[in-house]
Amino acid sequence: MAGISKPRRRHGRGADECAHFERHRGCATRKPVRTGQRPMNKREIMMDVGELKRPRRWHILVFLTPALLIYTAVMILPLIETLRQSFFNTVDGEYTFVGLGNFNVLFGDPRWAADFWNALRNNVIFFLIHMAVQNPIGIALAAMLSVPKLRFSAFYRTAIFLPTLLSFVIVGFIWKLILSPIWGVAPYLMDLVGLKWLFAPWLGRPDSALIAVSLISVWQYIGIPMMLIYAALLNIPDEVIEAAELDGVTGWSQFWKIKLPLILPAIGIVSILTFVGNFNAFDLIYTVQGALAGPNGSTDILGTLLYRTFFGFQLQLGDRSMGATIATVMFLIILAGVSLYLFVIQRRMRRYQF
Amino acid sequence: MSKARSSLARTGAVHVALIAYTLVALFPVFLTIANSFKSRNAIFREPLAVPTPETFSLIGYETVLKQGDFIGYFQNSVVVTVVSIALVLLFGAMAAFALSEYRFRGNTLMGLYLALGIMIPIRLGTVAILQGMVATNLVNTLTALILVYTAQGLPLAVFILSEFMRTVSDDLKNAGRIDGLSEYAIFFQLVLPLIRPAMATVAVFTMIPIWNDLWFPLILAPAESTKTITLGSQIFIGQFVTNWNAVLSALSLAIFPVLVLYVIFSRQLIRGITAGAVK
Amino acid sequence: MTRTTMKGLLLASSILGSAGLAQAEDTTLTIESWRNDDLAIWQEKLIPAFEAKNPGIKVVFSPSAPTEYNAALNAKLDAGSAGDLITCRPFDASLELYNKKHLADLTGLAGMENFSDVAKSAWTTDDGKTTFCVPMASVIHGFIYNKDAFDQLGLTVPTTEAEFFAVLDKIKEDGNYIPMAMGTKDLWEAATMGYQNIGPNYWKGEEGRLALIKGEQKLTDEPWVEPYRVLAKWKDYLGDGFEAQTYPDSQNLFTLGRAAIYPAGSWEISGFNAQADFKMGAFPPPVKNAGDTCYISDHNDIGIGLNAKSPNADAAKTFLTWVASPEFADIYANALPGFFSLNSTAVKMSDPLAQEFVSWREKCKSTIRSTYQILSRGTPNLENETWVASANVINGTETPEEAAKKLQEGLESWYKPAK
Repeated sequence: MAGISKPRRRHGRGADECAHFERHRGCATRKPVRTGQRPMNKREIMMDVGELKRPRRWHILVFLTPALLIYTAVMILPLIETLRQSFFNTVDGEYTFVGLGNFNVLFGDPRWAADFWNALRNNVIFFLIHMAVQNPIGIALAAMLSVPKLRFSAFYRTAIFLPTLLSFVIVGFIWKLILSPIWGVAPYLMDLVGLKWLFAPWLGRPDSALIAVSLISVWQYIGIPMMLIYAALLNIPDEVIEAAELDGVTGWSQFWKIKLPLILPAIGIVSILTFVGNFNAFDLIYTVQGALAGPNGSTDILGTLLYRTFFGFQLQLGDRSMGATIATVMFLIILAGVSLYLFVIQRRMRRYQF
Repeated sequence: MSKARSSLARTGAVHVALIAYTLVALFPVFLTIANSFKSRNAIFREPLAVPTPETFSLIGYETVLKQGDFIGYFQNSVVVTVVSIALVLLFGAMAAFALSEYRFRGNTLMGLYLALGIMIPIRLGTVAILQGMVATNLVNTLTALILVYTAQGLPLAVFILSEFMRTVSDDLKNAGRIDGLSEYAIFFQLVLPLIRPAMATVAVFTMIPIWNDLWFPLILAPAESTKTITLGSQIFIGQFVTNWNAVLSALSLAIFPVLVLYVIFSRQLIRGITAGAVK
Repeated sequence: MTRTTMKGLLLASSILGSAGLAQAEDTTLTIESWRNDDLAIWQEKLIPAFEAKNPGIKVVFSPSAPTEYNAALNAKLDAGSAGDLITCRPFDASLELYNKKHLADLTGLAGMENFSDVAKSAWTTDDGKTTFCVPMASVIHGFIYNKDAFDQLGLTVPTTEAEFFAVLDKIKEDGNYIPMAMGTKDLWEAATMGYQNIGPNYWKGEEGRLALIKGEQKLTDEPWVEPYRVLAKWKDYLGDGFEAQTYPDSQNLFTLGRAAIYPAGSWEISGFNAQADFKMGAFPPPVKNAGDTCYISDHNDIGIGLNAKSPNADAAKTFLTWVASPEFADIYANALPGFFSLNSTAVKMSDPLAQEFVSWREKCKSTIRSTYQILSRGTPNLENETWVASANVINGTETPEEAAKKLQEGLESWYKPAK
């Protein structure tokens, strides 16, 4: 390595050279500085970023700037502006700083609290249904699609992904039509197989509406886990599979013992994306069940509660302060989930892999 | 011999399962398209039936094409979607590369900062975004939409792409460095081609919410000349009277471009993978 | 601070840039509206009629979907990008816009004298001094029925509650028709076509509504609970699976001739005329006992106001004055039978069903929906709660008494009637 023509570009990561190249992140993950042998001294850190005079470090800035600029201007600043409002409210006609007052109302006022906990509970159920149905089916579909030399696999892939491409308007309309007891495609089809007695106006019953909407959402989004897992499965090096086959590990046991552990990171990404997506969900419930998320609030999730509160609905006027408060709480919930993933689950997964 | 048979049986089972799920996935889409070619009464009398000579009707498509400039709406949607995807991919990959390749002070913080956007729906910033667009005279321009969608797509793109970039072999990059390639060349010539499958995935992810979004077109660019197809088809869902023929036709029409975009990216995805680039 | 930074960054990052739009010589007025149903009528009839008389002013009708209208409009008004003319929802939603200085004061607008105080009430401040929208139309509730079905079964139009249920029983017995087309899935149907439709007969229209506002009556009082008891009985006469029946489902059930009675708002008339291939009639909500005074919900529904920040205020006022004219009333009411003009000058309507609805104004006392004025200003929102409660009562998941109790508690939690 000493013979590298430009020795200062030390980004290498040979297995045993790693210790020399701490600047490289790949090494850092394997031997994290925080827990590692030697914390970087201050001067070294300063040099890393501070000395942009060294021409070779400018590129970091160039790589980051466009994304940072657009993202900050169009997304972060407006969102900060909104979240800021969660600490303000109109008191006696004056718009003033109220500290955590809005949060007190949200959790302290029995009506607000009831609405909030109801929405949160429904949201958790919504998420659990996705985790229990969407992701396993997604993985199964991906596993089947990745069977080598499978004919028509491109067709299957496109067909199964198609619902994900549809707009909520169409998904909402078509499923309402299918599940409608009156125009009933579903009752008709169930009649054909003698199951008509099982049919009920699911979307209109408080005890089944949430499950029904969740399953519609699963139907729509199954393409995403399928795609990500599929890509991960294809990324497994052929040598690994060949080695496994030489050892006589094939079929199901190959999937469970060899492939599944290797695609765990992808499953991790899928789970966290599902989590974030579900706790931000809004459109589907809104198009299928309306902004009041009936019947009797049984399909109300955080997104619909937030929409009603922030923008108002019918005669209900938008309440920017309380809306921002709910948004802040949602943000904290999602932040907690993502942090859990990034700092606990992902770490553990990495360690397991290496 | 028995092994071959069992593998044949397995392939058969796989096909049966996939066909079954394909039916589940396609059936509602089929219903949408089939019903868009039927008269209103037939839609509701027999939603399951395919259009017959008696029930066949193009009234929905006629209404759609008469009402407003649907070709123009298509173009707007395509421009907004394609430009936004391109920007998200380019800027997202650049940022992801910076984050996954170099260690610098604030790297983790920067990663977290960029991930924040995944956690709050951008819709919440609507009022401030709109104010910004008004101040910069961007209201009723496609640029406004592109900016918002780029910002909206970046966090997820950076998140996914940096995960994938970590899997790119360091030996390769170092070899490039030994050959005297600049960091830009390493990024554009070595790394980007390698993460093409991931880019295709991100492209597909980014495309869906943009194409189907109703909210920002409604707020930022509702003018006739900047309307998108999804907003345009919403015109048929009224307060009291919903023109289902027209809605179904407009939405059926809206499926095709996005399907084409998807097929393009999906080809790319497969090509990237089968080129054996990722090892 | 954040805003200035953002502006700067936005400017810096607007890659494609945009050339300043060249101003046309004509003044162009943009109308914000939720009535995308009316797009064709505006484009083909109303706007050409106005533009013919007012060269130099162009009008663009720019509707958005009704469900998103309020949210989108508020965002645009806050940011200053809303159109010149704003279609006004009745009562508090528009009052709030006026209070936030988004709507201009139109009290002195030429043409305002064409409207009675009652017509203006939905867009006037609480003290009655300032009016901020030109009233356009009201809608009347009642029941539309399938005349052919009634003839076939030998039924006569019911006038009392008992007769109403007798008719429903007969239709049910016969079995050819679903007695009544209504669903609870969309919630508002249950409240608007159900509770607000039959309710005024029980709470005696304005009398009860004002007593509720003054705090003299409660939602748990008999006149307010009884309509819920009647609604609860509707359950047996609705179609199978009515819990998941949407509003368009109900419309289609009726217009395809599968249901005999449709709890309606007059706005349905034009759509039903176009879609139903049988004769239709209408009757007002039946009274409790024969000979009782009847009350109908004659609800101010649409007005139009001026965006206070409009750069084209003069042209916009010219337009509003035209909207206040009998000429506009005539075109509008005839193009949209069922949206009744609020103009004091009587409009001749050619549609028989519309004539039937409007004739009830002669024999019954008019009132507006009970939840719209003042009572839905706070949280929880009485109107939205009424939607949920009405659906629950019809679904049978809540008793009338429980529903009323919950509504009253919600109202009391923020509303203190002025003494």
